[in-house]
Amino acid sequence: MNNVIRVNCSKKNLKPIRDFVTEYLEPLKLSDIMMNQIVLAVDEICANLIIHANQEDPSKYISLAIHKQPSVLKFEITDNGVAFQKSNYKEPNIEEHVKVGKKGGVGIALVNRIMDKVEFSTNGSKNICLLYKKIK
Amino acid sequence: MSMKITHEIKESTIIITLDGELDASSSVILDEELSDPEIMKYSKILVDCKNLHYISSAGLGVFISHLQRFEDAQIKLIFFNMQDKVRNVFEILGLDLLMTIVSNYEEALTIADE
Repeated sequence: MNNVIRVNCSKKNLKPIRDFVTEYLEPLKLSDIMMNQIVLAVDEICANLIIHANQEDPSKYISLAIHKQPSVLKFEITDNGVAFQKSNYKEPNIEEHVKVGKKGGVGIALVNRIMDKVEFSTNGSKNICLLYKKIK
Repeated sequence: MSMKITHEIKESTIIITLDGELDASSSVILDEELSDPEIMKYSKILVDCKNLHYISSAGLGVFISHLQRFEDAQIKLIFFNMQDKVRNVFEILGLDLLMTIVSNYEEALTIADE
């Protein structure tokens, strides 16, 4: 089964990415909630890369590869945009977001809470995000 | 478009029905719907989530960004018929404690009239 999808940086491609992940994970018979959480975490990273790292530039691309290990799923998402600076990241205070009417900034918090391990690295011009999720 | 939004008006209540998926691409139309000044005329906004199959942080962000404005105007925002997997996303961030999510339409009406 094909485990790689490559799309250009348009928000319209988020749906095909979610469909790809769902289809790939289908044989694992995960619960609805677990399946949705995994699809969501991948979607959040891809949305950030498309919108923030690559400014929705349709001439730029992101790639997602899914690796199935015996009890762990590994998602590798790569792009060539502006690297995510983990040191600048601060966990959001949701009540404060409500108070000031803030629209964004909760995506990475979802990813961190859903996934067992989240790693960001840069190799030359290539940024790599690795997401790990235990499934057993 | 992966999201269709319809609404029905019953006196001081507006029932918004979400059909599809709310992601970074489609949540823009929800934001437009909730930003419409007309919506401030109603005292109750009931959101039917029966056919909301997916929500990402962008969709949550739209509700987060309007919540205080509605509260300040004493407009009740109530979600009902939410699928478990969608409710779970609200719960991961603790939004179920800040927003009113009930099981069904009847319960939404009861809470709205309190």
